[in-house]
Amino acid sequence: MANQEIIKQKLQYLEEQYHNHGTVKRIQRLAAQIRKDVVMMIGCEGHVGHLGGSCSSADIVAALYGRKMKLNPQNPDWEDRDRFLYSKGHAGIAQYAALAELGYFPKEDLWEVKNLGARLQGHPDRIRTPGIEANTGSLGQGLSIANGMALAMRLDNRPGKVYCVMGDGEQAEGQIWEAAMAASAHKIDNLVGIIDQNRLQATGAVSDRFDTNPLPEKWAAFGWHVIEIDGHKIEEILRALDEADTIKGKPTAIIAHTVKGKGISFAENQTSFHNTALTREQYETALKELDAQLAKLER
Amino acid sequence: MSKTQSQRLAYGEELVALGYENKDIVVLEADLGKSTMSNLFQQEFPERYFEMGIAEQDMISTAAGLAVSGKTAFCNSFAVFAAGRPYDQIRQTVSVGKLNVKVCGSSAGLSDFGDGSSHQAVEDVAIMSAIPNMTVLTPCDAEETRQCVRAAVEIHGPVYIRTMRNDLPDLLPEGAKFRLGEPRVLREGTDTVVFAHGTMTGKAMEAAEALELEGISVKVVNLCTMKPFPYEAVAKLAEGMKAAVTAEEHTYIGGLASQTALALRKSKVPMDYVAINDSFGQSAQGPEELLEYYGLTKEAIINKVKEFL
Repeated sequence: MANQEIIKQKLQYLEEQYHNHGTVKRIQRLAAQIRKDVVMMIGCEGHVGHLGGSCSSADIVAALYGRKMKLNPQNPDWEDRDRFLYSKGHAGIAQYAALAELGYFPKEDLWEVKNLGARLQGHPDRIRTPGIEANTGSLGQGLSIANGMALAMRLDNRPGKVYCVMGDGEQAEGQIWEAAMAASAHKIDNLVGIIDQNRLQATGAVSDRFDTNPLPEKWAAFGWHVIEIDGHKIEEILRALDEADTIKGKPTAIIAHTVKGKGISFAENQTSFHNTALTREQYETALKELDAQLAKLER
Repeated sequence: MSKTQSQRLAYGEELVALGYENKDIVVLEADLGKSTMSNLFQQEFPERYFEMGIAEQDMISTAAGLAVSGKTAFCNSFAVFAAGRPYDQIRQTVSVGKLNVKVCGSSAGLSDFGDGSSHQAVEDVAIMSAIPNMTVLTPCDAEETRQCVRAAVEIHGPVYIRTMRNDLPDLLPEGAKFRLGEPRVLREGTDTVVFAHGTMTGKAMEAAEALELEGISVKVVNLCTMKPFPYEAVAKLAEGMKAAVTAEEHTYIGGLASQTALALRKSKVPMDYVAINDSFGQSAQGPEELLEYYGLTKEAIINKVKEFL
């Protein structure tokens, strides 16, 4: 138990440092910027976009891309890099925003998303987009792919870690549980699965279809170390990611309680913003709100 | 009577040989290693072998993750499960992403005679061929199987290899080299051309020998590459023939019959086929009685050839 105490103290110390060094604020700013980029990518010309699920995971994406992951935007294939995979590939626009902000490709490319011949496709495309590890979009497959990447890194003695973000509606896909079993069986501890539990899927509440709760107990039963967090508190996200680094011999699942459409008042907790177009009024309101959030976070 | 060998064993042995030459080759299995013969690789390179359990979709997507990380991943199961169950997984991350995942569909066609329709893939070549960026290989004997495994590593992108459960006669001439997309003339002839792959290539050779005794000269062509299908080469090989006949242990839909008809669409050479007639398989006590039941015999080929003469 002394070991547990040491770990707890270490995590506490890291958390204090994040506040002292302005890390938390910086990540909050990146998250707000990601949300703003997402809104601008969708635009108000009648094009649809997955606003809800991108906003619910924006803080997680910001924490990973803004702080936790070791990356080299000038060398996307750097062998010692950490890897991010959106198993819920429809939220890809949030990842595109993060990649653009970090310089993987020119920010102008964001506004071309889904145009014919564009670098950015409707769902993550490894061939067209620098920084995308593998093609996703068909739900339930990402965790398996993440397992494969983690196994390869272990074979090659690479220090990197794989972070795989899944949806909670996506938990209905049987393959998620195949991958959960496999990760446990193969003791894949250089992998973190993050479930963006925003409680809503395309046509309604997750609980009205297959109530996938209780998620923590399920993942623990499959042999994973489980951490539950508020998916919009940067400190909790960072602390969970740091805690995952201390877990050996088994994979870690972070169950993040989130709000679909978080950050945009009219979209929060609304099923209708799963994949939709924005009216000019909605577009301008969203930008106004996000600009206000960004202004508050100015140094 | 020519020598017969096991395609499955040839496959397993060649994987091991490749494993020694190439440290980036990894092998995944879905609990059928003793049958697909991937267990040979497991014995030699346990750290590069991943038993994924009875979870074929997970196996394929995991292979994709290994492939994006620089590995060449061979996935194994019975053809019906290797191609059918993880179809979406093969299509999506692997094929759209042009990844080095090589899927071996073992005990293909009706060759798993005892297990019945659930285990007999009659449509695997069709569904795999329909996927863009995919290469489909259908070796006719043990030696050609070895060559296909080797070629699969050289090919950039996904590959599907179809092997049969039961021993097949050696057909490849001494020193024959594999060339992707090239049909191989195994026997010259001037009256009719028979295109075949896998099990049926041997039957086509037997049919040609029998017809020769009746003064009918049959050219036998083996199609080891079903995708990219050699449309032009096939049309050229049919030029001047009275007819073309295809023979496959597969449904006529979407396989050799369909592709050959497409190849001959601008030609005046008529064609017909020997194939499974759009039906599932069933159990039997031996492979030959099953092939006979479904009309996949040398006699059927002989009859088709004679129809045009």
